[in-house]
Amino acid sequence: MSWSELTRGLRAHPVKPSLSGIARRRSLWARIHLDPWLLGMLLVLMLAGLVVLYSASGQRLPVVTAQAIRFSVALAVMVGLAQLSPTTLLRWTPPVYVAALLMLVAVELIGDMGMGAQRWLEIPGLIRFQPSELMKLAMPMMVAAWLSRQPLPPRWRDLMVCVAIIGLPVVLIAKQPDLGTSLLVTIAGVFVILLAGLSWRFILLCSALVAAALPLLWMNMHDYQRQRVLTFLDPDSDPLGAGWNIIQSTTAIGSGGFWGKGWLQGTQSQLEFLPERHTDFIVAVLGEEFGLVGMLAFLFLYLLIVGRGLWLAGTAQETFGRLLAGSIILTFFIYVFVNVGMVSGILPVVGVPLPLVSYGGTSSVTLMAGFGILMAIHSHRRLLPR
Amino acid sequence: MRRRRETLKNPQQELRVFRMRSLLAVLVVICLTGLLGGRLFYLQVVQHEVYSTRSEKNRVRVEPLPPTRGLIYDRNGVLLAENRPTYNLTLVRERVEDLDATLSLLVDLLEIPAEEVKAFRVRSRQRQRPFQPALLMSDLEEEQIARLAVNRHRLPGVEIQAQLLRYYPDAETMVHALGYVGRINADELAGLDTGNYAGTHFIGKTGVERFYEDELHGQAGLRKVETNARGRVLRELGRTDPVPGEDLTLTLDSELQKLAVELLDGRRGSIVAIAPRTGEILALASVPGFDSNQFVTGIDVASYRALREDLDLPLYNRAIRGHYPPGSTIKPFMAITGLKEGAITPSEVIYDPGYYQLPNDSRRYRNWLRWGHGRVDLERAITVSNNTYFYSLAHELGIDRIHDNLTAFGFGQRVAHDVQGQSDALMPSREWKRARFNQPWYPGETLSVGIGQGYLQVTPLQLATATAVLANRGHWVKPRLALRVGEHEVPVDLPDTPPDITLSNQAWWDSVFSGMEKVVSGHEGTARRIGKDLEYRMAGKSGTAQVFSLGQDQKYNADEIKERLRDHALFIAFAPVENPRIAVAVIVENAGGGSTHAAHLAKAMTDAWLLDDQPDTQQLREVLEREDSRVAGG
Repeated sequence: MSWSELTRGLRAHPVKPSLSGIARRRSLWARIHLDPWLLGMLLVLMLAGLVVLYSASGQRLPVVTAQAIRFSVALAVMVGLAQLSPTTLLRWTPPVYVAALLMLVAVELIGDMGMGAQRWLEIPGLIRFQPSELMKLAMPMMVAAWLSRQPLPPRWRDLMVCVAIIGLPVVLIAKQPDLGTSLLVTIAGVFVILLAGLSWRFILLCSALVAAALPLLWMNMHDYQRQRVLTFLDPDSDPLGAGWNIIQSTTAIGSGGFWGKGWLQGTQSQLEFLPERHTDFIVAVLGEEFGLVGMLAFLFLYLLIVGRGLWLAGTAQETFGRLLAGSIILTFFIYVFVNVGMVSGILPVVGVPLPLVSYGGTSSVTLMAGFGILMAIHSHRRLLPR
Repeated sequence: MRRRRETLKNPQQELRVFRMRSLLAVLVVICLTGLLGGRLFYLQVVQHEVYSTRSEKNRVRVEPLPPTRGLIYDRNGVLLAENRPTYNLTLVRERVEDLDATLSLLVDLLEIPAEEVKAFRVRSRQRQRPFQPALLMSDLEEEQIARLAVNRHRLPGVEIQAQLLRYYPDAETMVHALGYVGRINADELAGLDTGNYAGTHFIGKTGVERFYEDELHGQAGLRKVETNARGRVLRELGRTDPVPGEDLTLTLDSELQKLAVELLDGRRGSIVAIAPRTGEILALASVPGFDSNQFVTGIDVASYRALREDLDLPLYNRAIRGHYPPGSTIKPFMAITGLKEGAITPSEVIYDPGYYQLPNDSRRYRNWLRWGHGRVDLERAITVSNNTYFYSLAHELGIDRIHDNLTAFGFGQRVAHDVQGQSDALMPSREWKRARFNQPWYPGETLSVGIGQGYLQVTPLQLATATAVLANRGHWVKPRLALRVGEHEVPVDLPDTPPDITLSNQAWWDSVFSGMEKVVSGHEGTARRIGKDLEYRMAGKSGTAQVFSLGQDQKYNADEIKERLRDHALFIAFAPVENPRIAVAVIVENAGGGSTHAAHLAKAMTDAWLLDDQPDTQQLREVLEREDSRVAGG
């Protein structure tokens, strides 16, 4: 079914006031600027995530409660951001981007050392957060804002500006060093450019350049980063050291089989063979306890969310909102892909959580903020003549 | 700028491009999800068995359950080797918060020597997996355990582990009869059934502990346990109980064994006693002994060196490995050989001028009595231990016949059934001499063998065995140490028992016995001192063994040479003559006092066994001192 076929119905029957029940609800949802389908799927994902987290945390209820509280905060942020109109967002984009950039510089100068890398910024007694998380949203916003002012498809000169907008924060984040986040932030920016209609010739050229630059990247990597890549290529070279994580996670997933070992019954997870089982490797718990069936159900849910997100993006009226929304939802998918790919052993280990399932506050807030923006873009419609 | 943008921006075109790209993105997303799904299908369905097995191997550990080693009792049920629970102090490095603080606290509490702490640090580094306890101190005392219990809250990661250790209640006395266990070394490990010994740390090193290792050890069991990633056992999934080792009941009589050690009274020497009818070894003493318990836990280098370098050789099992010239104790066996081969009859008489000369040889082979015993028949030759008679007999028999007949008594062979490490000593022959020295056998050497000197060497066990066969009138019963293994009786007629020795005239045995009886009770007997108040008929034969050979016509004075060069005193005996119940061989190294010393010990042994009364060892000691000084002085 093609896009035009899919959207024909919408165009033909924009709103049907006669279907009173739906229409009333829709108007109610529209008034609070939320998309019920997307919200519903996100809530299902969160609840299912909490169920998995209870098992993955070693059946510690406080962990689940803490996560639920974070989810509430994240939902509040989402609802709040959904109220902003795209125009307001566009107006705030440059200051937010510059602020985020300054904070990254601040991290570079005074940042807290956490997990062997400077990632955290702390205002003592008040708040402690990673500016790179903010940048995950600020940067695509800035790229989208810039491109929305330019005629599309983007020209050389516009691209150079985009490269600068993307490059500055990415270099700062990579220096922390946080290769995973810097790559994801880059991808978020690149998605904006791709959706803006970058020419295929250019895409091919850039792919070739990136491929050529890989050795350079390798030479600039930290030892532990190189180790991760080497371990990915051959986990059995160091089964008790660096290879342990990936061996144990594939073992967990593989031993789950088709139906899984059952909730709370995963030996790999419950007996602590699985490292970081309630954070980055939570999908291995899922795979072990719920089997292929559970995994596919989750992947399907993610697919639905991505599909709905892209749909919402496609209905946006403004180029800025459209590009931003598309980037947000595709980046969301990349999180899922990278995380599941890493845990199942087809990608090297990168510190990427499974969206809305892995334990962790900052990432869920960022994600839900993104969905808030997505909903804002969709729901704030100016009545334009067709 | 502004104008250009206005002219070139085309919202419809942008929306179309966006939708095209979105559609493409959807395709890519579906492809990538398909890739993930494919990977998961591969892991969870195609390779499920592989990962399932791997996950089980992670989770399930098979732990060996070592069997309890069988106990060892003497013939009367006295416990000779037991398993004693001991408590070891171990540290799990991962659970200790501050290692240095914990160690210093433990050192204060338990007064642990600095070397032990140093050794612990080495052991702690050599562990094979995390959460494996490392030994800090073994064999804790009760007070130390109590102190640890009180301070337990301050000592996380500190654990007390119980372990069963072999313990020999009377180690010094029993060690050469029992042997001992020690930690399994690399060589032994190579030859072991690793499954059965997976949880066993000790193995029989010597003696019956080694000979009956399989029976004493038992069968290991195992249990399957579920462990977490840190190796902590969470629950048991299944188990096979170990089969404990079988208890061993020995033929030894611990009282007799103790007496034997006491009788030797710190002198180097050995006493072996055998019940002739059954072959049961009643005592197998070698003095000095040592504390074998030290070897169970692992002896420290200094103590081991002290034992090794001790001039009295406490580690050396004289009873089964000591090589001694039998001296005149060989004469009864020579007599039987002569009778059997028809070289002599009991009534044949020779004249002893005090020496013997080979035909066409000027060298005089002396009798111990310079002026000779005059007319000597077989009986008197044994009683007075006449050398000339046996020189003549030996010459007539020749070394070949002597070799064959003495071998029939077990000399030069390892005949005992279950005595680990017994030596075959040396029964010389023409062939042996050719192989050893590439020389022919000289007739003079036959004469030396005839009186138990020269190349001939025997162990106390061989001497006691031969005495038992003699007492049995040539009937062979293999000597053995085990009476019962578990419930299973060790039979008297064991396989590979040598053939009986038969004489054409049974009365000839009596002639030899009569000569031996007069050794202790005749007026001319060499050991007549012990026969004064005999309550039973005892046959014996004395012997002295020169430590080094002396030149012709040279009489040496025991006072003039160092104690260690004095003659060894030997005595063999059995009693009662008409129905022998005990055969004894006694060897006292460098006794100095002549064969009488050994004779007194032999009689104390037979007294204890036959009369069931404990001889007064203090009184005996005084008697021996008197005799030693008398002989040494005269």
